[in-house]
Amino acid sequence: MAKIKMKKKSTSTDMTAMCDVAFLLLTFFILTATAKIPEALPVDTPSSTVQTKVPETDLATLTVGKGKVFFDLKGREVRVRTLELMGEKYNVTFTDEDKKMFSLMEGFGVPISNLKQIIEMKSSDRSKAGQPGVPMDSLDNQLKEWIYNARIANIEVNDKELQIAIKGDAKEEYPAIRKVMDICQDQKINSFSLVTGLRTEDF
Amino acid sequence: MAELNTDGGGGGKGGKVRSKKQNSKVDLTAMVDLAFLLITFFMLTTTLSKPQSMSLGLPDKNEDDVNQDIKVDENRTMTLLLGADNKLIRYVGLLATPVAGGAPKDFSYGKDGIRKELIARNKMVLEYSAAKGKPKDGIIVIIKPSKKSNYKNIVDILDEMAIVKVGDNGSYAIVNDFTPEETKLLEGK
Repeated sequence: MAKIKMKKKSTSTDMTAMCDVAFLLLTFFILTATAKIPEALPVDTPSSTVQTKVPETDLATLTVGKGKVFFDLKGREVRVRTLELMGEKYNVTFTDEDKKMFSLMEGFGVPISNLKQIIEMKSSDRSKAGQPGVPMDSLDNQLKEWIYNARIANIEVNDKELQIAIKGDAKEEYPAIRKVMDICQDQKINSFSLVTGLRTEDF
Repeated sequence: MAELNTDGGGGGKGGKVRSKKQNSKVDLTAMVDLAFLLITFFMLTTTLSKPQSMSLGLPDKNEDDVNQDIKVDENRTMTLLLGADNKLIRYVGLLATPVAGGAPKDFSYGKDGIRKELIARNKMVLEYSAAKGKPKDGIIVIIKPSKKSNYKNIVDILDEMAIVKVGDNGSYAIVNDFTPEETKLLEGK
């Protein structure tokens, strides 16, 4: 009996189409990815099982770590308007160039008198500058003013109430967090988003 | 003259030097591998880097009605005291007169510690409330973070509340007032 000879198939496939698709997707992901801005105050957030995302807009983030508080705000126009309002309040004048830089920079943690210096720095120097945190004691409560003016600015620009997210370091002691919450509660902000990492229920 | 020089390396004789025809197929396997590796990287970094958040609502701090304490059934309350070094003490009912099995006791965080207790107590309270004819009344958890507790402890406890779903029937609250007895309990052995 004659054996039926199987036709030997070629092992190499045509990769051209696959390569096209792969690079198309790659281009898409690269273009949609937003460059991660280095954080001014790196904190190690605790984890939780809750899976709600932090809102993308109308958000002010208060980063609490090492006893300092840093303030960050989403939205360029809101940031510019907030800076203008803060400038009026504390009699600090910011040029248009400053405002533009401020709208693009990350969170900061300096008293308003030193904010100009921070704005003028290069972004790589800002993280090394050793920012002391936004003052929030009862004599000079600038954090309160920042939150208050950011809320006004957000309503003016986006016509929405500003959400407050608290991003605390896992090791931070409770009184520091409580102080920040108290400042917000004095302005009748009673709901917060606590920024956390993700974990499973099995811990 | 109209003759094609067919043999390869005839050499000399004024014939045209033909460049060797290259194979037009390139092996794309490595390139595709690389492309997919990068795709995976960008996909994961874009979608997973978004931070999660946990919403927390605090009661309105109204100075006017500080003295309007709401009376609750002590059989439904469980108090969690958060201390230094991840210490966690719970008691059920009142501290002076805890309900059966509810005397102050140390617990650990996580699924083998406080979660089991919370689930068990939640069930007991629901049964107790059902016997009283109010099956909707769940457990009331009072979270008391001390000055020494850290932020992680609070997030952990709030997370337990979300896992056990205390909010469905009962409620939970963060209370900052400490009685002297509670402070003693946390500090002493």
